Amino acid sequence: MGVFNSSTIEFESNMSVISIFFTALFYISLIVFLVGMARKIYQFWITPAPLKIPTAPTSLTQTGVVMRMMREVALFESLFKSNKWIWLFGWLFHAGLLLVLIRHMRYFWPGDLPEIFLLTQPFKYAAFAMVLGLFGLMLRRIFVERIRYISAPSDYLMLIMLLIIGISGAVMTFTSNHTDVIMVKEFASGLVSFNWANLPTEVHFLVHIFLVFVLMAIFPISKLLHVPGIFFSPTRNQVDDARSKRHISSWALKQEQEHATRLEQALGKDE
Amino acid sequence: MAKEFDIPVLPTYLEIPELKEGIMDGEGPFKSAQEFQKPLGFPGEKIDNWQQVAIDKMGELKSKYRSVQVFLDSCVKCGACTDKCHYFLGSSDPKNMPVARQDLFRSVYRRHFTFAGKYFPKLVGAKELDDDMLDDWYNYFHQCSQCRRCSVFCPYGIDTAEISMAAREVLDAVGIGQKYCNQILGKALTIGNNLGLPEPALRDTLLDLEEEIEEETGVAIKYPLDQKGAEILLITPSADFFAEPHIDGLIGYGKVFHQDGVSWTLSSYASEGANFGMFIGSYDIMRKAALRIRKAALDLEVSRVMVGECGHAWRVAYSFWNTLSGVGAGATDEFGQKLQDQLDHRYPQPQHIIEYTHDLIQRGKLTFDKSANDDRTVTFHDSCNVARATNMGGIPGGQFILPRDVIKAVCNNYVDMERSTIKESTFCCGGGGGLLTDDLMEIRTKGAIPRMQALKAVERDNGVNTLTAICAICKSQFSKVLPKFDFDPYMIVSVHQLVSEAIIMDKPQTDTDDATSAETAET
Repeated sequence: MGVFNSSTIEFESNMSVISIFFTALFYISLIVFLVGMARKIYQFWITPAPLKIPTAPTSLTQTGVVMRMMREVALFESLFKSNKWIWLFGWLFHAGLLLVLIRHMRYFWPGDLPEIFLLTQPFKYAAFAMVLGLFGLMLRRIFVERIRYISAPSDYLMLIMLLIIGISGAVMTFTSNHTDVIMVKEFASGLVSFNWANLPTEVHFLVHIFLVFVLMAIFPISKLLHVPGIFFSPTRNQVDDARSKRHISSWALKQEQEHATRLEQALGKDE
Repeated sequence: MAKEFDIPVLPTYLEIPELKEGIMDGEGPFKSAQEFQKPLGFPGEKIDNWQQVAIDKMGELKSKYRSVQVFLDSCVKCGACTDKCHYFLGSSDPKNMPVARQDLFRSVYRRHFTFAGKYFPKLVGAKELDDDMLDDWYNYFHQCSQCRRCSVFCPYGIDTAEISMAAREVLDAVGIGQKYCNQILGKALTIGNNLGLPEPALRDTLLDLEEEIEEETGVAIKYPLDQKGAEILLITPSADFFAEPHIDGLIGYGKVFHQDGVSWTLSSYASEGANFGMFIGSYDIMRKAALRIRKAALDLEVSRVMVGECGHAWRVAYSFWNTLSGVGAGATDEFGQKLQDQLDHRYPQPQHIIEYTHDLIQRGKLTFDKSANDDRTVTFHDSCNVARATNMGGIPGGQFILPRDVIKAVCNNYVDMERSTIKESTFCCGGGGGLLTDDLMEIRTKGAIPRMQALKAVERDNGVNTLTAICAICKSQFSKVLPKFDFDPYMIVSVHQLVSEAIIMDKPQTDTDDATSAETAET
């Protein structure tokens, strides 16, 4: 820690404008992400599902629902049933992204890495899966007429951003255009431990993290909301037990209590 | 006006069509008039400040329905659903792709309720709710049968039916209702059934039916109406009282009840299983219809509530009744609690007629002469609401297993259609969700193509000559569209018609006295 402390003193006087900009951008994006996601998840949470609408093949038990959700999240079960190409590209991208993200933890981990991180070393190759998946999705979006029809500019933009992030990352890892990894680590772990440090200024690195921060900020206001969305999807997360358990929303119950007699009296009466 | 159109040629294999933009553009189904709108609490005609009212209603709905809020936010436009809708496959109109249909609603949601849509509408495809958009809503949300096939295939389970119901509710709120649904709801909520059949007419119909059956079979099968103290209250679609092929199903129910020796009744107050409140997306109206059934069950002091062959009725009964009126468990108001005390909880409440017949077959209470159906090679059309939104028998996939078990118990030749067109992947008949009206015949015909194609294949390869279904809408729709594709319109029958033809009835005054004992016990 002594080493880190002395460097702290050093960079506080030495921080470049560009490092200050990216440091600030990180925190702003992070706050936008956290606040935005918290608000959105809260909104999903408090909005009641007034009716039981699970879609077949339904689960008759809570355990079944948990299993179904896990298959959906980890394997994209419904997408697999639906379209093998979208499934393949979508799954490659997501699985690749997950592994790459796990591997990125090394940059944010303050100090020496525990040995377990050695296991994540091969995850760097997942970048290829990620980029391949993204290319596949992009090609489908451009060339499959039906998907082109439903695409807005933001749908292409999202893929382009992710592609640039993936490719710039791969370039740094697999070509001679390496960036100063030690510096990256000091910058990234500094963000976590508030020991701010300068960052390398190679353009591809700056583009890489700029887009990552932007993506973080637009997460709660874009279609990336499918991430929390799937867990709240009533057709997937409800137990098919409507006959044995009464399911009622707060607003319907209130309405029922307020109008109970009136409705009963009105029944069967002609207008 | 319903426009002229060419009947499409049935393809040998179902292919994903090239997009033909605007091919199903139009004014949509006939609009409802003041006389049908007012009793339901909707404005009689398009109101002046419709735009504001519509946006407010959208805001209200997305705060009351998690499905609407989550589905509007979660779509990534992956395209998985784009080739799943029968109306798209049959019409080629891109706005009939599930995601594009949702986007009619979603683009307005984005414009008015999201940051990106407010400040960067072009970027995210956000659009204003103008007259053109409203027309598109009315037209294309009445080209959705709320069959939920898209929801099976969506990686997030996004269900276009939920969006379509919400859109129709917004349309009703600004005074643009659909005549077919709203007129029918008026009859169902005042007279008690969709046909507007009052009690005397219903009683006559049932008496005629009894005479007919006795003449034909020599067995006095009763169709009791408003019989207090009966064990079972049967709630069935009113089509069953009225028309072919439905009524042959009703004959089947009667024979099964008769053989079981159970007492049962129909209700003149709640003589309708269908609940069009679901189609127009109105929780309150759906509840009103459900409460009529609860009241009938209470008044008639029955201990079991049973539902006849009707697809969305079974969805409402199985999935929603307990919520709407507290039929099965956990009711909090006094009427619901009273009903729960009254009902016999050894049986599932409500129970489907297929579950009931299936159970009797399992217990060996019914005997059949399967050869009576030997002239038939049968296939089964899974009706969308039964297949994707309900269960039977309390076992996983029971809604697929039980009807097939019943069919196989009463006939020797059974063949399934192609796997990707049945069970949870079943194609809608083309007439569900409030579309079963002549002014929508073009979309009904085109939407039937995927089902007709699968049927053609088993007709060709397996000699199938009988199509069975357990839904009144499917049966009516097929009767209309089958001949357009060179099928026999009478090949569509109720599952209980097959039961009716094969069942061996105990006849009174036969050779031995023993055979009559079952009858005597009943009367």
